[in-house]
Amino acid sequence: MDVKKINELFGKELKVINVGLDSFAETLRKEKVDVLQMDWRPPAGGDKHVISLLDKLGG
Amino acid sequence: MKKILVRKNAYYDSVFLMLASKAIKQHPGIKEAAVVMGTDVNLELLKGIGLFSGEAASAKPNDLVIALEGETPEALEEACRIAEETLKKKSQRGGEEEAYRPVSLEGALKIIPEANLVIISVPGLYAAREARGALHKGLHVMLFSDHVSVEDEVDLKERATEKGLLMMGPDCGTAIINGKPLCFANVVRRGAIGLAAASGSGLQEVTCCIDRMGGGISQALGTGGRDLQEPRLRGRMMLMGIEALKHDPETRVIVVLSKPPAEESAATVLSRLEQTGKPCVVHFLGLKPMERRGAVWFSGNMEETAAMAVALSRGETCGRSNSFAPDKDLLERAEAEAGHMSRSQRYLRGLFAGGTLALEALSLFEQEGFKIRSNMAKEPGQALQSPHRSEGNTLLDLGDDVFTLGKPHPMIDPSLREERIAQEAADPETALLLMDVVLGYGAHEDPCGPLAESVSKAKAWMAERGGYLSVVASITGTDSDFQNKAEQKKKLESVGCLVMPSNYQAALQAVHIMKQVVQRWM
Repeated sequence: MDVKKINELFGKELKVINVGLDSFAETLRKEKVDVLQMDWRPPAGGDKHVISLLDKLGG
Repeated sequence: MKKILVRKNAYYDSVFLMLASKAIKQHPGIKEAAVVMGTDVNLELLKGIGLFSGEAASAKPNDLVIALEGETPEALEEACRIAEETLKKKSQRGGEEEAYRPVSLEGALKIIPEANLVIISVPGLYAAREARGALHKGLHVMLFSDHVSVEDEVDLKERATEKGLLMMGPDCGTAIINGKPLCFANVVRRGAIGLAAASGSGLQEVTCCIDRMGGGISQALGTGGRDLQEPRLRGRMMLMGIEALKHDPETRVIVVLSKPPAEESAATVLSRLEQTGKPCVVHFLGLKPMERRGAVWFSGNMEETAAMAVALSRGETCGRSNSFAPDKDLLERAEAEAGHMSRSQRYLRGLFAGGTLALEALSLFEQEGFKIRSNMAKEPGQALQSPHRSEGNTLLDLGDDVFTLGKPHPMIDPSLREERIAQEAADPETALLLMDVVLGYGAHEDPCGPLAESVSKAKAWMAERGGYLSVVASITGTDSDFQNKAEQKKKLESVGCLVMPSNYQAALQAVHIMKQVVQRWM
């Protein structure tokens, strides 16, 4: 089991992309963590059929 | 009188919208208010509360629905104004903090190419898709969202294992990486104890107990609750976590925490722990601790887990702790509490916000021979006819979906528990309320403020009827949390609530009181 990348993370400064609840990004800012909040919205307007087609196209 | 507005392409997150709905509902003249995204689940919810209409039917998951029921047209107008203002403020606040919010992961990586962790908390239906995208880009993932299928979880964890990445979750509510608390986590000191936990509130309780005992945390990894329980997952993330903690020079002691695991996964985990060459403490909730295996110790409750880990981290002898043997003062207090009660008061009512905290209390009561009904019950005989009405001794996980559909979790918003406290206080059979309070990031800013108010009212109602309501609680948190544990504790104690140092000790004191209650009326 290769966990080198996890141990590398333990030695680094956290750099976070937050996808979803804004409050989690606010928390991290208070803890002086570099965080970028994404403007997430349901893909394809939330249409499940279109999403599954997109996933198939993307492999 | 109803009013329903749909705003196309206006997306807001669920926690914000639930709190906004609650604020609008409190406005005078407003009977019901729901501000939700137009997902299938939310539209069903609107039907359930009689706020569905033609306009709402056209809403899509990207559209915001403001649904109101008021007594007068003026009240409705005012509520609409408040809703619009709240939403506007939210949009502006986001704008002030950041110049630009990318709409895709690719866009985000252009701005922050050195990103190493993605936290995902979007609705469950879309969550696995986002997590796959992040793993594909070589990023570690913390997946807070729940309602992700086991099939998706297996797939995500297989991908993560292949790439050597963390895939914490789904349903991973808390973690501490490099001393930074993520999502719902407490501010604890750094130290030599590393955790891999398949339980959110359990991880919080153990890390806070470690902090109280003077120990510290190197890393605390969440795996998601199913990692060891679901045989198809085979404890994949727990095993990766253990391996990473084994190789982490800061970690001198490893703690593993989980609800009862699948047999095969447990065997693999234990054998892997033995191979770490580091002292380890294992706690499987609800299971009797096993005999020590080499450098792997087993603990009987979460506070003991912390005590053993702290002792090991100091190179001290580690034995099963007897520090929770009945204390004379506490036994006397239990007798006194029961002595004030009226004849009709016979039953325990446990009202918990943390699932694992509830499970720990339930297990202790069952070990002590009490028959408890619960929404967590596995045996049909212990199930409640309705989770909304207590029967006999009842212990509830109020964070369960059955209570939280369309409402904020009780750790975020105390009103769900406030309502239930009032309900229990109106029941002449209620003898004792047992509760948890969870502090830390993500949680309510002052949970014990409103809780103390509810407890005070409940005690007064019971006293008016010639009874006495006993209330026992514990607070999972630290003085470094922004709510400050010491300040929170004072608020509960000021209304006559007995606040114990840990969830286990609170449950144990509740057992002592309930034994007195049973003895008194036998």
